Amino acid sequence: MGTLLGVYDDGTKAADAIATLRDDGLNDISAYMPTPHQTIEKLLRTSTSPIRTFVLVGGVLGCVAGFALPIYTVYDWPLIVGGKPLISIPPFVVIAFEMTILFAAILGMLGFLGLAGLPQMRPPLHDARFSNDHFGVAVRCTNAQVETVRAKLEETGAIEIRTDA
Amino acid sequence: MAYAKINADILRTLQPPGRTYYGALGLVAVVLSFGIYAFAQQWQHGLGVAGYEHPILWGVYITNFVFWVGIAHSGTLISAVLFLFRAKWRTSVARAAEAMTVFAVMTAGLFPIIHIGRPWFFYWLIPYPNERQLWVNFQSPLIWDVFAITTYLTVSAMFLFLGLIPDIAAVRDRCTDWRKPLYRVLALGWSGSTRQWFHHAALYGFFAALATPLVVSVHSVVSWDFAMSILPGWHSTIFAPYFVAGAIFSGLAMVITLLIPLRKLLGLEEYITIRHFENLAKLIIVTSLIVGYAYITEFFIAWYSGSPFEQGTFYDRMFGQYRMLSWGMFTCNVIIPLVFFWKRVRTNLIALFVVSIFINIGMWLERYVIIVTSLSHDFDPANWSGVYQPTWVEGAITAGSFAFFFFFFLVFIKNFPSISITEMKESSQHAELFDSNLAR
Repeated sequence: MGTLLGVYDDGTKAADAIATLRDDGLNDISAYMPTPHQTIEKLLRTSTSPIRTFVLVGGVLGCVAGFALPIYTVYDWPLIVGGKPLISIPPFVVIAFEMTILFAAILGMLGFLGLAGLPQMRPPLHDARFSNDHFGVAVRCTNAQVETVRAKLEETGAIEIRTDA
Repeated sequence: MAYAKINADILRTLQPPGRTYYGALGLVAVVLSFGIYAFAQQWQHGLGVAGYEHPILWGVYITNFVFWVGIAHSGTLISAVLFLFRAKWRTSVARAAEAMTVFAVMTAGLFPIIHIGRPWFFYWLIPYPNERQLWVNFQSPLIWDVFAITTYLTVSAMFLFLGLIPDIAAVRDRCTDWRKPLYRVLALGWSGSTRQWFHHAALYGFFAALATPLVVSVHSVVSWDFAMSILPGWHSTIFAPYFVAGAIFSGLAMVITLLIPLRKLLGLEEYITIRHFENLAKLIIVTSLIVGYAYITEFFIAWYSGSPFEQGTFYDRMFGQYRMLSWGMFTCNVIIPLVFFWKRVRTNLIALFVVSIFINIGMWLERYVIIVTSLSHDFDPANWSGVYQPTWVEGAITAGSFAFFFFFFLVFIKNFPSISITEMKESSQHAELFDSNLAR
């Protein structure tokens, strides 16, 4: 198995290349983009991002923690304030609300870092041009397929092709 | 616009700055050190150096706290709420506004600490198991503040950083000076792969959806610091929406105040255009009208309540010893912004800048008026003679807080892209797609 990286100076060309390679039955394709490109995203997106689960779990955890913390503390040191019951829900709702958002955001961030594989020391197939105006199409293929893939990349207008073992 | 041009134009703003920038930074440093000196005086001699006089024991510091939290709010409005509404024009101004949010919340967070008598014990506000065996009182709005402000600071800082990651990667790939290792660390090894973009977009949407209710809750909680008490002039159910609208109003004015010099200093006239300022001015009209409506409602309710103390407070506010400040607030926040109904004013940079300064002053006065006039006119007529006169310490600390804010903002704009490179490219792509569809 090896990886071929085709560099394109235009997003539409890269999108065409991905579509062509797809038609040939190559499925292990990823792209490198300076900004999300609509067509490429449509071609390569397979499912909804699981980030939503992280945010939901974080939100639920935060809400539970936001009620648990004040309730625990008023029992730990029972002190009647303003003649109100020890567990007075309305003020605790504020704490729970803020902690729901805080935990949802933190877990979402952690989920994003995990799913996106960040932070990483040396990004694989990194090319300074991909953050400027070039697009990359990386194809993982068997040694037998390498030549056909290379031809396809050239055919679709790649200005440079790199091999990565 | 071509991607390479956008990349080059925005990265150019990070090049070594000129004399104007260093001049501004030097001025900020001087004012900030004066503020720190004033705070050192207060630390040593106690709160007596501030102009507090019973019963007016909240003054300029709490005014500044509410003012700075308010400034933060428009950043979230622009970056999160306008994102959810798919208002495309936000792209050019969102990054600067987000950065402003983070720095304004940082500045605001200083004031409760400056305001307390023994600032070295500020951490007693945080609930944690301790040998004093005491817990904080969760029924107190001041503790809600602790939660609201820390959550707001954390979430808006993460939101800012999330948007910055791909941009920092773009800077990393071009940077050649001593900052390169810094950008390499901060970019977290971003390579722009489809997988990264995919999750990035998903989380960005969630952050926008989380920040929107958060921003409403934060200034509501700040308003409850007042509304939960029984003091006439404070004890009012209108306070939460009134404060939220006022916060966004003041923040939008601050965005204009910051962006007009920023686009000149960084040469971003092509990206931040008159149209962006005009849209901000339109939002200012809306929020100004809401704020004006809230002012009038307060007076109406005071009259309608039939409570002599409530009526007394509001009469005193408009005709008592602080009347100049009240009328100044009303003029700056309700009357002057009406000029934005004229398109010629909305599209004139000098007029925009001048009006935005008036609004900044007006909104600072609003908080001062709400806090000081209400406290000076409570239920006990014997208390009504007290006059609150801020001292030089409070003045210096206030000026220092502005310097603190501008210091971070100035450092930010020269080290990080103050317009989102990736979002700019994305919107240019949309524009091209639109054009090609039209041609077809």
